[in-house]
Amino acid sequence: MIKVNRREREWEQNLTVDLLLQKCKYTFPLIMVKINGKYVPKEKYKNTLIKDNDDVQVIHSIAGG
Amino acid sequence: MFRENKSMPESDKGRKLLASFEFEPGKVEKGYTDRRLYINLSENKIEEKPIDLQVKETFTGGRGYGMWYLWNAVSSKTKWNDPENEIIFCTGPICGVTQYSGTGKTHVVSLSPETETVNDNNAGGYFAPFLKFSGWDLLEIQGKAKQDVIIFIDGNKGKVSIKEIPVINSDTYLLIEKLTEKYADNEKDRRNISIISSGRGAENTNLGILNVSWYDVRRKHVRVKQAGRGGTGSVFRDKKILAIVIKYSGVSANSNNVASPELIRKAGERLTKEILTLDHVQNGMREIGTVNLLDHMQNYECLPVHNFKFGSHPDAFKVNSKVWHQRMTQKQAGDSCWVGCALRCSHGVDNFALFTGPLKGEKVLVDGPEYETTAGFAGNCGCFDPDFVLEANFYCDNYGIDTIGVSTTMAFLMECYENGIINKEITGGLELNFGNTKAVLELIHQMAEGRGFGKIAGLGIRQIKKILVEKYRADAKFLQDIGMECKGMEFSEYVTKESLAQQGGYGIANKGPQHDESWLIFMDQVNNQIPTFEDKAEALHYFPLFRTWFSIVGLCKLPWNDIEPQDNKQKYHGMEAAKVPEHVENYCWLFEGVTGKHLTPEELILQSERVHNFQRLFNLRMGFGTREHDVVPYRAVGPVTAEEYESRRELYDQQLQEVINFDIEGKTTEEKMKVLRAYREEQYQMLCDAVYKRRGWEANGVPTLETIKKLKIDFPEIVELVKKYQS
Repeated sequence: MIKVNRREREWEQNLTVDLLLQKCKYTFPLIMVKINGKYVPKEKYKNTLIKDNDDVQVIHSIAGG
Repeated sequence: MFRENKSMPESDKGRKLLASFEFEPGKVEKGYTDRRLYINLSENKIEEKPIDLQVKETFTGGRGYGMWYLWNAVSSKTKWNDPENEIIFCTGPICGVTQYSGTGKTHVVSLSPETETVNDNNAGGYFAPFLKFSGWDLLEIQGKAKQDVIIFIDGNKGKVSIKEIPVINSDTYLLIEKLTEKYADNEKDRRNISIISSGRGAENTNLGILNVSWYDVRRKHVRVKQAGRGGTGSVFRDKKILAIVIKYSGVSANSNNVASPELIRKAGERLTKEILTLDHVQNGMREIGTVNLLDHMQNYECLPVHNFKFGSHPDAFKVNSKVWHQRMTQKQAGDSCWVGCALRCSHGVDNFALFTGPLKGEKVLVDGPEYETTAGFAGNCGCFDPDFVLEANFYCDNYGIDTIGVSTTMAFLMECYENGIINKEITGGLELNFGNTKAVLELIHQMAEGRGFGKIAGLGIRQIKKILVEKYRADAKFLQDIGMECKGMEFSEYVTKESLAQQGGYGIANKGPQHDESWLIFMDQVNNQIPTFEDKAEALHYFPLFRTWFSIVGLCKLPWNDIEPQDNKQKYHGMEAAKVPEHVENYCWLFEGVTGKHLTPEELILQSERVHNFQRLFNLRMGFGTREHDVVPYRAVGPVTAEEYESRRELYDQQLQEVINFDIEGKTTEEKMKVLRAYREEQYQMLCDAVYKRRGWEANGVPTLETIKKLKIDFPEIVELVKKYQS
């Protein structure tokens, strides 16, 4: 199990940041990802693996409206 | 037929001069002129009036001024179509600055035919900067003309005239081309003309808008942006104003005669650099404007589909960003709706061949579509056809009716039709099923022309509900649940079921459910950053106030957070990051740079808080402004029908089990819906409690005496009003 924005979600093997964003349909471009509080740059989304029990934050800028 | 406009007199022959007035041309000092232009159309009176120092210190400018002068013009009994109601066009101290993006907005204040209380809305275009540089912080119009008039302000010659003109078609598209040509000395001079107009739809519905123009030098075409919400265009046409034309030449980098150009340059350079280097990897505002949101709202289940029943639809790809990128003419310098705006989001589709209505067969320039228009007509009406969206967009603008109000009303009627509440007999033969593009377009034409079922549709949801209950014995409770209006205004185009904060953002907003007061969906529903009532209340305190500030100083909201510094979210966290602190700093520099008065971020909020609370009190004075008027229809809060529940059963079942501790085993959908509804409606009331407390309002949503004293808006009339509501 992992946490994404404080909500529990099933963990799976070979789950990268890129894959997680796709699964969550997080398509908005103005986002920032942190794993266990550590910032992950956009260019590393494809190669950064998410481990079981990781706490992931995907913060979307407010935008809209 | 539309071509009646060709009969508009080319010369002044046939135009009766009703009044004229001469004034000292523009003198702007540190962003202000400290005077207002007052016109009374009943009395054919044109006057210069001062703006008192106390008003300036209390209300700052723009919408703040508009609220104050409207308050003084009307009483608690005044109706939107009484002569004493005013339309006030507001500027603001930062309005017209050419070194910073988004400073051209015209902010408008009036009593609304939809909400029956004070309304504010705004549009891009050149009108407000021209008005200020001509020498006026405000244009205040009261009274009613007997026949259609054109008000002409010549800002360089210092002349104002009111001319009565023969009856002609008031629709915007051809009218403003003709007027721009008439009032400009030559082709080059057309850029110095800005016009406010509306159309037949504003005459025949409560959903009238104001189109504000600028001349697109590159396309050689007049463009428009819309002040769309609350029916201000209907007030405009009720006053028999065909158009307000302003002419001003001589805009310069220092037309505002600012206190510190260096501060303005610093802020402007920082923002422009961000836009030019980051927009293409952020929101792509320069490529497709606000419609970029459509793809995301679909992916986050927030795109309103079939009258807000659902949050996504498999056909949404037919109107997605790629489609609009291809349709919109790219790299057009004229897409900036005021000089110097680098965000340049006012896109257009050129040479669109109309296929219905009075201009059928004409190739026209469609301004837009914006996100709201696309989401409303494609998603909410279930018509995922880009040609249809463009056709509806064009005719709504041309007729002077609000694409949001119309599409949300249309979606409501479609659900009524599919539920047998209305039928072909009532609609005059229109089959208003979701997805029926022909029926929607026909109804738009009927609304604009005030004929057939369009007469009812043009009243807006609140009044339609009443008619359906009284005349056709519809179930009032069901209509209340699915009629997406609050305070009389139709919802703008976001599904809020899973964001309690945004439900409050819509419901508690002063003018009605329009997203420009707050938009918290990502912060709440997606980021889960404001989980407690106190967190949500803090967000619903800060963001509406921050957004109010744009309208009191004369700014557009978009350059605040539709672009952000690359490292914003690394440098700042939580709600702080959402504020975009470097942009807040820009705004403080801008204000100080223009006015010479140092402004902290906290003082900025205080400026807004005065205006925001005053607007709440204005609502109270007009018979609204209390808790009961902040209630939203249940469709905004949770699933009204079993079909909706079942479409997201997993999510709702999980919430029942994990959050409410309700055993769903063996329960019917209806039983589950009942429990979920009780919970969600209670949550909404608890949110109101928290927000009122944070804002310094008592339990019924009325600002306390302590709050109005702190804000220095404790004028005797206000104290008396508030005391009536003290427990």
